[in-house]
Amino acid sequence: MRNVLVKLSIFMIMPLVFLLFWQFMSSLIDNKIILPAISDVFLLLKSPNQPMIGMGSLVDNLTISLIRVLTGYVAAFCLAIPLGMLMGYSKFIFSLFHYFMGLFRPIPPLAWVPLVLAWFGVASLANFSPIQSGQIYIYLRNIQISMVFIIFIGAFFPILLSTIYGVQNVRKTLIESARTLGGNEFKIFWKILIPASAPSIVNGMRIGLGVAWMCLVSAEMLPGSISGVGYLIIHAYTVARTDVVIAGMISIGVVGVMLDTIFKTLETKKFAWQSKYR
Amino acid sequence: MNSLILETKDLHKEYTTDKKRVIKALAEINLKVHSNDFLCILGPSGCGKSTLLRIFAGLEKSSGGSIFYKNKPLTSSTHEIGMVFQEYSLLPWRTVIGNVSLGLEFLGKKRNKRLETAMRYLRLVGLEDYAQSYPYELSGGMQQRVAIARSLANDPEILLMDEPFGALDAHTRILLQKELLRIWDNNRKTVLFVTHSVDEAIYLADRILVMSAGPGTLLEEITVDIERPRKRSDPEYGRLTTRILEMLDSQIKQ
Ligand SMILES: Nc1ncnc2c1ncn2[C@@H]1O[C@H](COP(=O)(O)OP(=O)(O)O)[C@@H](O)[C@H]1O
Ligand SMILES: [Mg+2]
Repeated sequence: MRNVLVKLSIFMIMPLVFLLFWQFMSSLIDNKIILPAISDVFLLLKSPNQPMIGMGSLVDNLTISLIRVLTGYVAAFCLAIPLGMLMGYSKFIFSLFHYFMGLFRPIPPLAWVPLVLAWFGVASLANFSPIQSGQIYIYLRNIQISMVFIIFIGAFFPILLSTIYGVQNVRKTLIESARTLGGNEFKIFWKILIPASAPSIVNGMRIGLGVAWMCLVSAEMLPGSISGVGYLIIHAYTVARTDVVIAGMISIGVVGVMLDTIFKTLETKKFAWQSKYR
Repeated sequence: MNSLILETKDLHKEYTTDKKRVIKALAEINLKVHSNDFLCILGPSGCGKSTLLRIFAGLEKSSGGSIFYKNKPLTSSTHEIGMVFQEYSLLPWRTVIGNVSLGLEFLGKKRNKRLETAMRYLRLVGLEDYAQSYPYELSGGMQQRVAIARSLANDPEILLMDEPFGALDAHTRILLQKELLRIWDNNRKTVLFVTHSVDEAIYLADRILVMSAGPGTLLEEITVDIERPRKRSDPEYGRLTTRILEMLDSQIKQ
């Protein structure tokens, strides 16, 4: 118990110092547009469901951003994991794709924006939806193809690379011993390769989600966007509401940490064997 | 004499490295193994012992010659020939019993039957209390016993063992040699045991095949005529040790 308290207080030192510094600076500057007081931002965060600056509430915008991220992210890992497994498993498939994709990897996801806007404009998933009204339709209209594409690019490479790495680094002895026990290629793939590379894959998924989240918020700041936290921040900036900007930034951080925590919990729960593996 | 189970004729193997260099690993191996034999293959490091076992296990292709298993050509891996590796080979994400069940899963056995069989073999190697442990919770020697149980659970005809105790400390090694003979006594298999330790070969084997330095050929076959359990203090044990050591020595001088 005492240990927990000590840990907690060590953990609290930096945030407290930071808040004190913020409070000190804001009263020194005394200009809401440059640096609002903590209390102004806190007021916004306290009631996240309240509409602000004519753009819906913080929660509404966060929800839209999250749905966008998850759409692009799911697409990315549905493609990256099978492809990565095949590339890790077969030298032929590896050399078929590796060098080609190496050309795309250094391109920052946001550099795709102009091209993607030219291709898809403001088209959204709603354009392909059979339902043309209702709540779902409104959500679909907010999932622009261009944004999904950017998120996809951002999440795809981290997941792909860690999947390849995971499969390529499965110990040869594990596969060979399975073979001498009568395992065929198919069974070895499912019972050895996938579980053995799972920690690396999940790690890639975690990094991918972080990258996707950052890409999205930036993508929402670009022209063509009309909702989402990224847009909320940019819009708040144009109407000189710095308190909203900061509240938006904090919520981006909090959501990011929450997403990351989900994966971290999964990693420590499911893959305890990995850290003790000799 | 028991029936012939494994036979090779002029078996040889060359590796081609990435830089297109050819390494002769095995040359003209002619070998006859009878069922229930405990055979040790003894030779200096790099003489091709692992290569030979890996060819029998179907993990490596021979470059020429032929292998007959029960009078039929042996071409690929079969669950009738099991292998225990020197290195860590258990699946770290599975419990001990999950590991021992692996081969039975491959063979399509029912869950109940799998657990029952796996448990029986865990009992045989004396690890029934560790069924729910994970490999990383076990010592190296215990892990190798699990690996042995895993191979035996498949009820193979031949058990290939590639320096299975090579990574263990001397004391554990001696304990496990004794243990292996006890297991073998309970569950007679044909064993091909590779080692570079003369002492280990004499302690374990019915017959010892001494290999020459690479490219490996069979130098001599020695029948160990000492009653089990063998005592290292037995004068015959000492004589045999000296004889084999001299043989290996002459190999190095050449
Ligand atoms: N995959 C491989 N590629 C090239 N050379 C190999 C390979 N495996 C083994 N060798 C070579 O073949 C010879 C025999 O190796 P090995 O069978 O491992 O010997 P041992 O088990 O008796 O120590 C060695 O010279 C080794 O370097
Ligand atoms: Mg070897």
